[in-house]
Amino acid sequence: MKMNISFKDWVKSGSPFIWLNAGAVAISIIMVLGLIGFIGAKGLVHFWPGSILEASYNLPGSDSTRIMGQISDTEMVSREQLQAIGLDTPNGEKEAQRLLLKVGNRDVYGGDFRWVLEHHLTEKNYPKNAMTIERREWGNFNGYLEKVYEGDNQVADASTNSLESWQHFQALIERALTIHDEIMGIQKSEIGSINYQIERLRLKERGLELDDELGELVKVELAKERESLNAEYEEHQKILSVLYADLARDHFTATEMNGQSIEIKMSEVVRAFQPNAMNTLEKIAHYFSKLGEFLGDDPREANTEGGVFPAIFGTVLMVILMAIMVTPLGVVAAVYLREYAKQGFITRVIRIAVNNLAGVPSIVYGVFGLGFFVYFLGGTIDELFFPEALPAPTFGTSGLLWASITLALLTLPVVIVATEEGLARIPRMIREGSLALGATKWETLSRVILPMASPAMMTGVILAVARAAGEVAPLMLVGVVKLAPTLPLNGNYPFLHLDQKFMHLGFHIYDVGFQSPNVEAARPLVYATALLLVLVIALLNLSAIYIRNHLREKYKALDM
Amino acid sequence: MSRPLSSEIDFNTPALRRHRQTRALKNKLASIGIAIGGLSIIGAVLLIFFYLLYEVAPMFVPAKVELISQYQLPVNSNNTQDNSDKSQTLMLAMEEQAEVAIRVKKSGEINFFSVSDGHVLQTEQIPLPGKLSAFDVNTQASRLMAFANNQGEVLLVKHNYKVTYPNDKRLITPELIYPYGAEPLTLIENGKAITNITLRDGEEAMVLAAMDDQGELHASRYLKEVDFLSEEVVLEYEAINLPSIAGLINQVEIDQTMRWMFVLADQRLLHVINLEEESLTQTITLDAVGTITSMSMLLGENSILIGNSQGKISQWFMARQDEKWRLNMARSFAIETQGSDNKIQAIASEQRRKGFFVAGENGQVAIFHSTAHRTLLDEKLVEGDIEFLSISPRAKDLLVQTRQGEVYHFKVHNEHPEISWASMWDEIWYEGYEKPEYIWQSSSSSSDFEPKYSLVPLAFGTLKGAFYAMLLAAPLAIAGAIYTAYFMAPALRRKVKPIIELMEALPTVILGFLAGLALAPFLENNLLGVFAILIVLPVSMLLFGFCWANMPAKVRDLLPEGWHVPVLIPVILLSGWLALSISPSIEIFFFNGSMVDWLNNDLGVSFSQRNALIVGLAMGFAVIPTIFSIAEDAIFSVPKSLSYGSLALGATPWQTMIKVVLPTASPGIFSALMIGMGRAVGETMIVLMATGNTPITDVNIFEGMRTLAANIAVEIPESEVGSSHYRILFLTGFVLFLFTFIFNTAAETVRQRLRIKYGQL
Repeated sequence: MKMNISFKDWVKSGSPFIWLNAGAVAISIIMVLGLIGFIGAKGLVHFWPGSILEASYNLPGSDSTRIMGQISDTEMVSREQLQAIGLDTPNGEKEAQRLLLKVGNRDVYGGDFRWVLEHHLTEKNYPKNAMTIERREWGNFNGYLEKVYEGDNQVADASTNSLESWQHFQALIERALTIHDEIMGIQKSEIGSINYQIERLRLKERGLELDDELGELVKVELAKERESLNAEYEEHQKILSVLYADLARDHFTATEMNGQSIEIKMSEVVRAFQPNAMNTLEKIAHYFSKLGEFLGDDPREANTEGGVFPAIFGTVLMVILMAIMVTPLGVVAAVYLREYAKQGFITRVIRIAVNNLAGVPSIVYGVFGLGFFVYFLGGTIDELFFPEALPAPTFGTSGLLWASITLALLTLPVVIVATEEGLARIPRMIREGSLALGATKWETLSRVILPMASPAMMTGVILAVARAAGEVAPLMLVGVVKLAPTLPLNGNYPFLHLDQKFMHLGFHIYDVGFQSPNVEAARPLVYATALLLVLVIALLNLSAIYIRNHLREKYKALDM
Repeated sequence: MSRPLSSEIDFNTPALRRHRQTRALKNKLASIGIAIGGLSIIGAVLLIFFYLLYEVAPMFVPAKVELISQYQLPVNSNNTQDNSDKSQTLMLAMEEQAEVAIRVKKSGEINFFSVSDGHVLQTEQIPLPGKLSAFDVNTQASRLMAFANNQGEVLLVKHNYKVTYPNDKRLITPELIYPYGAEPLTLIENGKAITNITLRDGEEAMVLAAMDDQGELHASRYLKEVDFLSEEVVLEYEAINLPSIAGLINQVEIDQTMRWMFVLADQRLLHVINLEEESLTQTITLDAVGTITSMSMLLGENSILIGNSQGKISQWFMARQDEKWRLNMARSFAIETQGSDNKIQAIASEQRRKGFFVAGENGQVAIFHSTAHRTLLDEKLVEGDIEFLSISPRAKDLLVQTRQGEVYHFKVHNEHPEISWASMWDEIWYEGYEKPEYIWQSSSSSSDFEPKYSLVPLAFGTLKGAFYAMLLAAPLAIAGAIYTAYFMAPALRRKVKPIIELMEALPTVILGFLAGLALAPFLENNLLGVFAILIVLPVSMLLFGFCWANMPAKVRDLLPEGWHVPVLIPVILLSGWLALSISPSIEIFFFNGSMVDWLNNDLGVSFSQRNALIVGLAMGFAVIPTIFSIAEDAIFSVPKSLSYGSLALGATPWQTMIKVVLPTASPGIFSALMIGMGRAVGETMIVLMATGNTPITDVNIFEGMRTLAANIAVEIPESEVGSSHYRILFLTGFVLFLFTFIFNTAAETVRQRLRIKYGQL
């Protein structure tokens, strides 16, 4: 075959370098898309009900055991590794497959997961009546339903009529869930609010005492108020104890894979399902119900199960507060740079300052926020306005307000740069036209320029929000916690609690993925959370990019 | 057609005038407001700078003392032998609040007196038979004292303080307690007098060393056992046979572990005795140091401080060297001397830090810190020679007693003695270590811990992480930028740029999480595969390019100019997969199955799962878009006329790129690298999650590290506000700030210059 071009000539033409450069772009694209795809794949499967595999596990040299669980991971191990622990691959192959089974029943076996070698599994089957129970404690339970009790009376026996007893079982779970919700509702809203009011009374009394205005009359009044709150509290407590007794009424027994019968209270069950008996439609329904739980519920079991709603809520609220603070400041700074300041030394210094703000590591903002906002400003505010609560800090500790201000400072350059770019795109003649009509500079700005630049500002704010939503390092110092007892926005006066700590999606990922005692079990949830965060941020960014491109098109016409 | 203005319209009505005035006012106010808003950005940067500086500055302030009061030695009102009281003091000490002080007199009388004015609050007599002949204190913090008499007996007494709040006012009541009973222990049989006593008390045992009037040293160990019925401590006696030593004994000290006994003899010989083996380990002749005038132990009772007649204090401790324990001199300090001599009169150690106070001649007092090797104060504080120095437990009060019986009470302002340039950046010989080292270890559970604040491992870790990140990011980002800006088809470019922007927007917490939990285990299993990718990828790309060039023109024409990327993606995926799938076989062939094991066993290179390579990959990923965007911008804005000119002269596109476009854009690329470096240095979450966070100084790519930023995130929530640890973390924040400030300002200046240059082209 005749070559078009010899290798030497090809190298001389510089094409190899162009190919390599193109390769760099291709690698970057593969990395981004691959990463997002990886998180997507890992995060989305989390809610899908996996089939329960039951098999006998016969490791040579040890007794055969029954094993049961969902396959959550597979990997290949080399023959050498197996031989090192006295095992071998089937038929002397180079590698053997190893399965990670989520066996659940942490209370019985001590761990949720178990690695097994696939070629030592025999009698593999997927029994239809195998069930998975999600519990409030001790993780999932895998096994077979045995008997269901209402009070002390046995009402169903799965060995005689499995379908009916399953339905009975589900009905009782439903009942227990309803009561549980009711209890939670009372505890959170009514009792929470009473506790809050009692605390406010205490602070009021202490405040009056500090001001030397605590007369006997006031004391009596306060005591009376406290009395009535306590009475109300007792009332709720009574209702609760009735509900608790009701909740504890039913239980059931189930056999785990080794045949041991285990008694479980109905109140501990969050959800029970038989994945092997489900058809695709039911699985999809289950998927969305789990997804709904993930997005809308509180976390359970040290954040490793349940939902991330408080984290979503905390992130959104913090980001909104931040946007309220950063937008005016950023826009004003950009307007000054572009419209007001004489281009010269000052604007150059400001631009350098803006770039520095953008380049300062986020942890430094955290340190600054902790020192200046939390301890210095917060401490001063406490001394001036909340002396009654001291030595317990009100604003003198990390919280929502300080977190949003710190992030506002951090994202300021983003808004400035985007707004400035928008302002620069507005043709000169539009300003001149307005001025020629007799408008003052301010009128030109507020009625003509700013409305035209508003999409650019939008872009800036969206980008700032996206940045803030993903930032974790400074928040670790100025406001996030792994578990906040109440949302920072609730029914207790003054409704928005700027001094409260909050949960955050990004920190949730760090905390559950790295600080949780049961990392393996929590991993799917972390992937799901990561996916959620990536989706939110990607959506925000893409919308910002869309607005910006749209804007460019618009002004292209004006430039003519 | 113009219409003449109708005379009925009057533009000067009061209403319109007012209207115009408000408009002008609004305009004015807006200008002012906007200017303030704009300038506030500079304010914000300055605020951060100065606030960090404000938190850091107190660390470098020298100590200050302030005289509060001065009085004659406390005199008992019912005791009129006042003038003979002079220089009768055995010990002076203060309690926690520094309100009450204790004075032990040679007569065995104990006075508790008010620190502020010296009036005696309470007087006690030690119930020890015979004549008090020797005295020692275990440590000032333990408040346990040993009183020995001329009959070979010792009584152990503790001074204690009860704090009550009658009427909301603090009341401190001193008392004496006898933890080992009010009966004296017999130390030397046949009733010989004890002339010198040394006490070392610990959790499980107590050692007492006593010298009799013949100059012979006796030592005994008491093992402590708690009687389970009465819960009282019972002492079990055990004799220690001491080796014979040369010289007239001046002073004896025992270390915290009760293993080493240091005996100073003839004011020039220092014997080290191993109490466990009952043998003489070492004898050091201190002639080179001078005549020893004072000896004391530093907090923790591991180091001895030796003061000489020439105003020098040296710190010594036991360290293992060549499998042998040896007493080593770690460092020495000096007080200012007039002429060559200034005798060290007294040394007093702080009770919670590794600092100590030294008294020289003529009322001179100096404050030092051992680890930081820092002289915090060196001043003449009082008139006359100093006999005793006493520091309060919190080291905020100082009592000085002169030979003339005058007592001075000083407040000491010495918040952060443990920080110095040397303690942060130099090798420090820490107590118990074999040699000087760089160590970061800021806290520990024990109270006599020596904090190790060397920033070297952290700075090293920071640079190491940034270096590996840049190693990945710089070539990829710049090559990518060159292609995107210059060779890529515009339609494709519009698609690629948002992807890169998305890459920039990905939260680092997600990158860190993936790096730590997915990439690290993957890499451990496929280490060779990853290295294989590094070689296979470029080769396969080049091979594909060459084959492409030799395709028939019909095939080549299918791909328009600037669309290399989409065809390369499958090539890269395929060759990546190939590299990963063949590597296990290679691994088995060359490395006995596992490259990690091979590294560990055959090369002796330690491998930890979360290592610098992981950080390099993850942080490289985070830095690529930063560098890419700025570099791409710089290359893209090189005026087209330049490249057209070059191409018209017959240069190939690549030649034009290398010889014309790149040199023009190089300042922009430089600033891109600077900003990328700044980002890599300050990145927190990735490092926090993808490394083991161990502060080690090791260039090995397969070992982890701890960076300045991650260190702040790990430690600041636990540090006490205003403590040295807190401030040093602020200092690291300040260092990061300055670092990025310099990098960013340099980059921005370069870019501004560049913009002007392009404008001229």
